[in-house]
Amino acid sequence: MSQEKALVEVRDLKKHFPITRGVLIQRKIGAVRAVDGISFDIRQGETLGLVGESGCGKTTTGNTILQLLRPTEGQVLFEGVDLSELGGEELRRMRQRMQMIFQDPYACLNPRWTVARIIGEPMRVHHMAGRKERIRRVKELLELVQINRVHLNRYPHEFSGGQRQRIGVARALASDPEFIVCDEPVSALDVSIQAQVVNLLEKLQDKFGLTYLFIAHDLGMVRHICDRVAVMYCGVIVELAGRDPLYEEPLHPYSQGLLSAVPIPDPAKTRARQRIVLPGDPPNPADPPPGCRFHTRCRMAEERCRNEPPSLREVAPGHWVACHLV
Amino acid sequence: MGSLLDVNDLVVRFSTVAGTVHAVNGASFSVDRGETLGVVGESGCGKSVSVLSVVGLIQQPPGEIVSGEVLYGGRDLLQLKEQEMARIRGRDVAMVFQDPMSSLNPVLTIGRQISETMTVHLGMSQEEAHARAIELLDMMGIPEPADRYDDYPHQFSGGMRQRVMIASALACSPSLLIADEPTTALDVTIQAQLIDLVRDLRDRLDMAIIWITHNLAVVAELADRVCVMYAGFIVEEADVFDLFAEPLHPYTLSLLKSVPRVDQVIDDELFAVPGSPPDCLRLPPGCPFAPRCRFSVRRCHEEAPPLREVGPAHRAACWVDVETGRER
Repeated sequence: MSQEKALVEVRDLKKHFPITRGVLIQRKIGAVRAVDGISFDIRQGETLGLVGESGCGKTTTGNTILQLLRPTEGQVLFEGVDLSELGGEELRRMRQRMQMIFQDPYACLNPRWTVARIIGEPMRVHHMAGRKERIRRVKELLELVQINRVHLNRYPHEFSGGQRQRIGVARALASDPEFIVCDEPVSALDVSIQAQVVNLLEKLQDKFGLTYLFIAHDLGMVRHICDRVAVMYCGVIVELAGRDPLYEEPLHPYSQGLLSAVPIPDPAKTRARQRIVLPGDPPNPADPPPGCRFHTRCRMAEERCRNEPPSLREVAPGHWVACHLV
Repeated sequence: MGSLLDVNDLVVRFSTVAGTVHAVNGASFSVDRGETLGVVGESGCGKSVSVLSVVGLIQQPPGEIVSGEVLYGGRDLLQLKEQEMARIRGRDVAMVFQDPMSSLNPVLTIGRQISETMTVHLGMSQEEAHARAIELLDMMGIPEPADRYDDYPHQFSGGMRQRVMIASALACSPSLLIADEPTTALDVTIQAQLIDLVRDLRDRLDMAIIWITHNLAVVAELADRVCVMYAGFIVEEADVFDLFAEPLHPYTLSLLKSVPRVDQVIDDELFAVPGSPPDCLRLPPGCPFAPRCRFSVRRCHEEAPPLREVGPAHRAACWVDVETGRER
C-alpha cells in the first residue's frame, strides 16, 4: 500500500460475533459482523486515525489487531509476523511491543492497586526488571507523564480523571512498546483536560518514535493529531487518506456527510455553510444491507450500489475510497 | 423585565457525607419569548442543577435551594407547592434529557407516552390525543407514524427515541423547552438531524429554549445568547456572535482555544489549561478560575469578581481586561 515501511499490516480482517439461541444446546442463528473485511497499513512512526460512529467496529478493530479478540478471518502482521497464527508464550512476547490506552480512566485502573503496582505490572509480567529496578522505572515514568513521583503509593481514586488517564499512559509505556492503540483516550475527559493529555501523547511519540492507532469519534481532535485517517462505516473502511485531503476534499459520500455534521465553534461560519444531513440511522451490523452498506442513507445511490459492494480503490496517490461513483 | 423567565441570584447546595457541595453560587439569567439560551460548561459546573432548579427537579434533600427567585408569568416558581409545579411542568415548561432510553418507560408504547401528557394536562379525550400524537410523530420526521404508535421504546434507535422525547415535550405547546444535553449520547450525524429539527420547530412554534451542553460548537449552531458556567458561577454571558468573536472571560477564551476544530489545522501543540476545575466542596476564595488563569492578579485570589457589564449586552465576571491584561 505504501513505499514507507509498514509496522502493522491488516489484511482482510474479519471479526464476527455469533448470535446464539437456546440454553443447553446453543444454536448459532446469525452473526454480528462487527469488522467485515478490512485492510490497511500502519506506518512506522505515524498516527493513523480510525473514525466512525458508535457501533461501526472501530474498537473491535483495535482489539482484534492486538489479539485481545482473535480474528474470525484475515491476518494482522506485526513487522511481517502474523499475530493471528501466534499463541501462548510467542504471542505474549510480541505483546510487550504493543500496548493499549483505554477510554475510561475510571474503569481501566484496578482500584485496589497502588500506582506503583499498576505501572509496574507490565514489567513484571514480561520479566523486564527486578523489584528495585521496577520502582526506579515507575518513578521515571511518572515524571514522564507529569505526575509527582512521590505519589507512587497512592491509589487511583486519589487522582483526577486527567491524572488517571496519564497513569494509563505510563502503564502503556512501561513495557517499552513500539505501537500503541489509543481507544478514545480523551473522550471521557473534560474539554479543558483533553488538550493536556493529547499534548502529552504527541510529546511521547516524538520522544520514543511511537506508532499510534488513534480511535476516536471526535473529528476535530483526529484532524489535530493524525497523519492519515481511515473512515469506518458498519464494519468496513469506506475511505482512507492523508489528513488534509480527507478533511479538505472527502470523496466518499459518508465522509462528506460525517464531516459536514460536525458543528464548528464559530456561529457565523457554522450557520452559513451548506450542510449535508444524512437521513436515517446506521444499519445493524448483524444484518448489513446488500451492496454498498451506505446506500440506505446515500443521496447519490444507484442501482449498482444496492447490489454490488464497492471495493476500496486507490483513486489518487494514497487516497483510497470504496464507492462506485468516485 | 419583559422576559419569559427570570432567574435571580440562585444558590443551590447539596449535603453529602464529604461536606457541602456548592453547586450553584448566585446565578442570574433570563430567557425571552422565542429566544434560545445556551448554557455551557464542563461536568460539575452547575449547568444542569441551575436549570433543573427552575422546574423543581432538584431533590431536596440532599439538595437545597438556599436563596434566589425564579419568576415565570409573574409568579415565583420556587414558592409553589409541588402540585402547582406539576401543572406547569410538562405543560408550560417541558424537558428533554440526555438519555432517551432511561427517560422513556420501557413497558409503555411510544404513542401512549406522548398522548398521556395531553390527556393529563389538556384534558383531551383518548381519541383526540391519539390523533394528535400521530401528528406530532409525523412532525418529528418518524416514518409511518400511525404504525409506530404502538411500538415500544426498545424498537426505536437512539435518535428516534430522542425524537419521541421531543414529541412528548412539545405535546402541550410549551412556551419554554429545557433541553439538558439532548444530543450528547448521540452520534454526530444524528445530532445534526436533531439540531435541524429543533431549529425548525423553534421557528414554527415560537418557543423559548434553554439548551444545556458541554459542547461550544453546538451552542454556536443554535443559540441566540450564551451563559458560560464554571464552578457554579456564571462567568460570562453574551450574544452568541459576540461571545465567539470576542470572548472576554479567560475561561471562555481558553475553552475556545483548546478545542481542536474540523475546519482548521493546528500544527503546534494544543493550548492547554493547566490543572483541573476546582472541587465544589472546597472552592478557593476569590475567583474560582484564578488558580488556572494566566491573567490572574492578586485581587483575583482574594475577592470574587461580580458578573458585570463589559460591553453592550455582554457580561463577564473578571477583574482583568483580557485584551490589555490590566485590571478593569
